Amino acid sequence: MTTSSHAAPALTTTSGRGLPDRPPPRRRRRSWAPYAFVAPAVVLFVVFLLLPIGYAIYLSFQGLRLAPGGAFGRRVQVFVGLDNYKAAVTDPEFLAGFGRLAVYGLIAVPFTLGLALLFALLLDHPRTRARRFSRTAIFIPYAVPGVVASLLWGFMYLPSTSPFSWVSEAVGGGAIPFLDLPLLFPSIANIAVWGGVGFNMIIIYTSLRGIPVEIHESARIDGASEWQIARRIKVPLVAPALVLTGLFALIGTLQVYGEPTTLRPMTDSITQTWVPLMTIYRDAFTRDDLPLGSASSVLLALGTVVVSLLLLRITQKRAFGENG
Amino acid sequence: MSASTAAGVLTRPAARTTAARRGRALPTAVLLAGALYCLVPVVWVVVAASKSPDELFSTFTFSPGTGLLANLRDLFAYGGGQYGRWGLNSVLYAGVGALTSTFVSALAGFGLAKYRFAGRDAIFYGILGGVLIPGITLAVPQYLLLSKVGLTGSYWSVLLPSIISPFGIYLCRVYATAAVPDETLEAARIDGAGESRIFARIAVPMMVPGLVTVFMLQFVGIWNNFLLPFIMLSDQNKYPMTVGLYTLLAKGSGEASLYSLAITGAMLSILPLLALMLVLQRFWQLDLLSGGVKG
Repeated sequence: MTTSSHAAPALTTTSGRGLPDRPPPRRRRRSWAPYAFVAPAVVLFVVFLLLPIGYAIYLSFQGLRLAPGGAFGRRVQVFVGLDNYKAAVTDPEFLAGFGRLAVYGLIAVPFTLGLALLFALLLDHPRTRARRFSRTAIFIPYAVPGVVASLLWGFMYLPSTSPFSWVSEAVGGGAIPFLDLPLLFPSIANIAVWGGVGFNMIIIYTSLRGIPVEIHESARIDGASEWQIARRIKVPLVAPALVLTGLFALIGTLQVYGEPTTLRPMTDSITQTWVPLMTIYRDAFTRDDLPLGSASSVLLALGTVVVSLLLLRITQKRAFGENG
Repeated sequence: MSASTAAGVLTRPAARTTAARRGRALPTAVLLAGALYCLVPVVWVVVAASKSPDELFSTFTFSPGTGLLANLRDLFAYGGGQYGRWGLNSVLYAGVGALTSTFVSALAGFGLAKYRFAGRDAIFYGILGGVLIPGITLAVPQYLLLSKVGLTGSYWSVLLPSIISPFGIYLCRVYATAAVPDETLEAARIDGAGESRIFARIAVPMMVPGLVTVFMLQFVGIWNNFLLPFIMLSDQNKYPMTVGLYTLLAKGSGEASLYSLAITGAMLSILPLLALMLVLQRFWQLDLLSGGVKG
């Protein structure tokens, strides 16, 4: 991978023997070339990632206060220290949002990963049929935006249009209250599972395909069942893919916004501050308190990074333990 | 597989075949159940889009209705043809955004993979760290910053933040490392090719499968994005499909007739992406993703 650095001087000297005046300008040109290649990305990275983060952090320490002596309630922006952070972490609604996020995530993440792994293993199972059809069918929801998925499922939950409630009523039961507690959590998690299973399945499946066939063959000849092969050989070998999908699922959970927002017109059980991002949106845009919204955004981003790093650390330890 | 089955057939033929049949039925059934689970909402929305507003609430959910054409006509007439605009906007945001993003990622990925230069590792790990920061968490700060320079509410406010994709850059670097041999680059340099020419004529063709993957991931990501345009835009004529359908649904809670429009709109909005995905499916190199963490 790094052979270019070793090969380059050797090659330039050999060609330099024949053409003594050509190598220097070429070397000079190559010294700025890599910077030209990465420059657009670096500029965009700074402008749309680092700068917004920096500005949000700056703004999170500011607050709007009544100007001294301002008779008409003129408000000015002043430095307020950690006031916004205090307000954010003591806002019961913001905290409750994290609680709801946790319940939602505890359903959505294990089901997404579990089903993705199950389907990937079945696709890799030597005796399943209808593999091509199933693979495409399970992948289809990936092409459906979260908002549209919420809309579809929302109508399938809504008593007046729900096929499930129609069946339930036909057999003498009542409409199923999908959009009321306690079913609301699994109902919203189901939308994320539906949308996420296919993509994660493909990642795990391609990773499964990378396992040398001889490994299963020898296990099969030794009399191992498909279940044993899956559990003892395949799952440990695709651990890196599972870590990656787990990380995506987790980050996806922390930024859930579109699904509950889309379902809100259909039910009274979803409040305006149902998940943290909804609270941030309300604070920043409905209440025009940008500093508080910034502080909450910083907290949420920080939480995401910490949780991601924790997950990577834990799983890396486990993966190494299993390999060694 | 053939070796083990052959050995089994030789030893205990009868038991082996029944076991094999049983061993095939259950996995296939579970897999088909998964396929059914994923298809039911899609089938439902196609059927529901064919119903007139009256039929939507009165007939069995999976029996087709008679209102498809009327729904389509109403949908495209809604708000003076706003639905069509939303669709075009989505194509613009996702198409231009993903194309530019893939180009920027390819440049950076190639540069990071194939050159050694001062600051390379700092840039790479900086960008890698950006993968962990959810794009959505950035939407609010990005809004604040863009409002400072007066860009909020414009097409740029949705397009520009969509171009930078840390994950895309990471994938392009992984792919350039694997797919572009150093020897080829050296040979081109000896022949006197400039670095930009080497990139355009040699590296890009070799990276095409990886670039298609990055393009698709970015396209779907932008197409599906809701919060960024929701925050940035206020003019309904600039909305992408996701935000447009949301406003339609939010209004629908007042007037039930808009439900039919939202359903028909949702059905139509799925089709182009579905077609694109099915066509490009075989060019996808998602092993790139699963292999990524190992390296």
